[in-house]
Amino acid sequence: MRRSVLVVALLALFLPKLGAAESGPNLYLQHCVSCHGRGGAGVPPGGKNFGPPLQGVGAQAADFYLTTGYMPLQEADQEPVRKSSPFSEDEIRSLVEYIGSFGGPRVPQPDPERGSAGEGLRLFTENCAGCHQVAAQGGLVVGGTAPSLADSTPTQIAEAVRVGPYLMPRFTTKQLDERQVDSIIRYVQVAQDPDDRGGWGLGHLGPIPEGLVAWLLAGGALVGVAVLIGARAP
Amino acid sequence: MIRRATRFLDERAGAAPFLRKALRYVFPDHWSFLLGEIALYSFIVLVLTGIYLTLFFEPSLKDTVYHGSYEPLQGQRMSEAYKSVVDISFQVKAGLLIRQTHHWAADVFVVAIVLHLLRVFFTGAFRKPRDLVYYVGLAMLMLALLEGFLGYSLVDDLLSGMGLAIAYSVVMSVPIVGAGLAVLVWGGAYPGIPAFEGRMYIAHVFLLPIAIAVLLSIHLLLIVARHHTQFPGPKRTERRVVGLPMVPGYVPRTLGLAFGVATVLVLLGGLVQINPIWQWGPYSVANGTNGAQPDWYLGWLIGALRLTPGFDVTIGDYTLIPNPFWGGALFPMLVFAFLLAWPTIERRRMGDRDVHNLLDHPRDAPWRTAVGAAVFSFVAIVFLAGAMDRVAVSIGVPYTWQIWIFRLALFVAPPLVFVVTRRVCSELKEREWTDVEPMQTARE
Amino acid sequence: MRRLGRWVVAAVVLLLGRGQRPRELPPPEPVVGGAAPAPKAELLVIGLLILSAAFAVAFVVVYAGGADTQLLGLALGLCFALLAVASVVTAFRLAPPEEAEEPYPEPSHPTEIAEVEQIVVESGRHLTRGKLLGLAAGGAGTALGLALLAPVASLGPVFDTSRLRREPWRRGVRLVDAEGRVLRAEDIELDTLHTAFPEGADPENLASPIVVVRLEPVRLDLPPDRSNWAPAGILAYSKICTHAGCAVSLYRAPHYEPTRPRPALVCPCHYSTFDPATGGTVIFGPAGRPLPQLPLAVGPEGELIALGGFSGAVGPSWSGVRE
Repeated sequence: MRRSVLVVALLALFLPKLGAAESGPNLYLQHCVSCHGRGGAGVPPGGKNFGPPLQGVGAQAADFYLTTGYMPLQEADQEPVRKSSPFSEDEIRSLVEYIGSFGGPRVPQPDPERGSAGEGLRLFTENCAGCHQVAAQGGLVVGGTAPSLADSTPTQIAEAVRVGPYLMPRFTTKQLDERQVDSIIRYVQVAQDPDDRGGWGLGHLGPIPEGLVAWLLAGGALVGVAVLIGARAP
Repeated sequence: MIRRATRFLDERAGAAPFLRKALRYVFPDHWSFLLGEIALYSFIVLVLTGIYLTLFFEPSLKDTVYHGSYEPLQGQRMSEAYKSVVDISFQVKAGLLIRQTHHWAADVFVVAIVLHLLRVFFTGAFRKPRDLVYYVGLAMLMLALLEGFLGYSLVDDLLSGMGLAIAYSVVMSVPIVGAGLAVLVWGGAYPGIPAFEGRMYIAHVFLLPIAIAVLLSIHLLLIVARHHTQFPGPKRTERRVVGLPMVPGYVPRTLGLAFGVATVLVLLGGLVQINPIWQWGPYSVANGTNGAQPDWYLGWLIGALRLTPGFDVTIGDYTLIPNPFWGGALFPMLVFAFLLAWPTIERRRMGDRDVHNLLDHPRDAPWRTAVGAAVFSFVAIVFLAGAMDRVAVSIGVPYTWQIWIFRLALFVAPPLVFVVTRRVCSELKEREWTDVEPMQTARE
Repeated sequence: MRRLGRWVVAAVVLLLGRGQRPRELPPPEPVVGGAAPAPKAELLVIGLLILSAAFAVAFVVVYAGGADTQLLGLALGLCFALLAVASVVTAFRLAPPEEAEEPYPEPSHPTEIAEVEQIVVESGRHLTRGKLLGLAAGGAGTALGLALLAPVASLGPVFDTSRLRREPWRRGVRLVDAEGRVLRAEDIELDTLHTAFPEGADPENLASPIVVVRLEPVRLDLPPDRSNWAPAGILAYSKICTHAGCAVSLYRAPHYEPTRPRPALVCPCHYSTFDPATGGTVIFGPAGRPLPQLPLAVGPEGELIALGGFSGAVGPSWSGVRE
């Protein structure tokens, strides 16, 4: 009797863990179906929850949105922001596999080592800097933001270029072939750890932080020197 | 030995009486009187570092290909000018230190001028007989803004190239004569003839520095001719100036300030990166980057350009006033017109034609202080409108809302600042008198 | 006897005068105030100066070595800092504390002012046609000044602003990308952004760069005279903003439209926003006129070609712009 109680207790302890390797379909039903519909059919706008269909987006898009934490979204009209995903890596993999089963491109396999940083800077400036800023610090669009690429992995960059998430345009293989995307990723990697041989990089944002330093640091120090040297009470 | 040297100068230049007077020239002693000197010493650093840079800079827009040590520019097409600045930063020993010190000095030069201008304005130092000094100073401020803009635009990097296109648009927007003026300066339609780079260069390294140096000399000579102003105090009257003699008291102090300015600028030049043009890449007409900004002292213009509602003034189908005119040309002209006209405005309103050697404390001239504060707040709001877009969006205010909030602030804030400042001035003045009273009654 | 007297007087004078120094001039009135000696301060200043010199040497050493920018800046900066401190210590401890005063200069010199006027007037007293002479001199001076200014007009084609209208786009010119490859209509998909140039033209000409996007034809609402300018919904606009000349390098391409603003071309400088569906009209921002549209057609091999010039002037507005 006691032994069977022990066995049941042990099972009760461990079974939930086994069950935690939840299947893609289960996770989808729990977290995604309210906006993206059964089988990724989408939910048309009209109610509180609605969202685009996921058929044909492929594992590529699913992996991008889930690893960046852009999805899941709390409100349907919220702007997605990069955050740590509420899902574990295994859960993401299951979800990606499941959504990939609806059809669409696979997760890309970029190789930045094959790319050239020089070509990458040129392509990034021509195609990406308008929104993401030439040093990949992110920027402003009327109606949204283009995020900084400081935390982007090579796979995420390759995915985003093809998916064109949120307000971003997408770039086909005819526009940017795989090697060119590798070069862009290589450049973004340089931008994530840039050559700051001039000293403190001030966030690589340009003249505004420089102006703040000129006023607050230099101006403050020099006014301080003046106060030290000159008299105070007239 | 001192006697021998002085005698040498006196016999050949008649210098002894001048030296005798100069050595004991009296400097009124207040810390806020040193702000102009900070500008002066920054200017000296600018000239010295600038001369060094001219020995390495190549003022040519001819196309070339980069084969240097910075990987992301490898094999890229760029102008000779841009390449020479990358080489100064990467190859020339101490090149980056001197380049960054030069750029920091330019930013701090204008900071010091603005602080000095604020001091001069709010203490009434511009009054007769020093109104001419004041006008010369304003002229130097205008030249300093142009000089700085030309300096960083010479580099032909992505950020400054975008700024040049905007400058072209502002010149084009001047009614009737704008297009003619723009093609005159640029030698044709934008981006202009190759010689335009040479025009900017000669203006930046020769014409404008000489102009500023000449105006500076006139500025200083006029000050010495009429002596410095001072705050009222014991023995300090309209007829007698009290302070520190040049030798031996004042010289070590001003030397300390000079070395202090050099310290700050060189430390910044070595430790804090400024204008890392290798990270921006070279300029091309078809390229743009998000977050492009001018150097701080032109931030008021980008704010004004962003705040102006979208319209070109047309008569029939003739474009009379293109949009950039309001923010890029009229707005700065009005601010400078206000500053230039102020001595006359105040003189007329106060009916004051006297000579003033004594300064006002800001609270003692409430009308001037309030007007000055209101105009300053107007300009400051325009500045913020140009600089705050990223910050505001990061706290959840969409850009479209920001524009309306700043436009509202432009109308609401200055009158408010005027009223509040005038009130604060009178309160402070009253409190001064009530503080004095108990002492007098005690004596009685 | 007289000889002995002279020797006695000489001896007396010598005896009385011994040990007395020759009389000196009375000492001059001190100009500079006095101060107590401050040997510790002097030592401090000397120490600071020596330390400063050491940093100057360090600067040269670093320069000769790796010339690292941060180390160079620190060495030279600290050298100056120590000089600054030495100067300030000198000012406060070694220079005698003085308060000097002097009179302000005369506010005016009426005598000399009158004399200047007198000199000028007397010089011209004998002239019979003084005013006319003055007028002629002024006229000659002005004419010379203006004449000398005339060559300024060579700086640019001031009287030929028609150059601002010259465009490299005309009927039949093919669209190429930055690498020179011809753009094909089938390569322009929905939600993509392409930058293109006229084949064979200078890419740095303001009128050269264009953006090419594609919208579903049913969403287009172009002006009636442009109804055939967008084959299969492919649209081309000048990439140069009509506000202040920056490159319109943002394309707002919403992925899922019910929650997002509609597609738009946005300029990163002052955020002028143009609607590609309605012919480049300004929907936000300070631009005063729409983005010029380029009419497109699909050539026999599927390549994109221009059908003519832009719908309006390219780049920032100026007086010659007629809309």
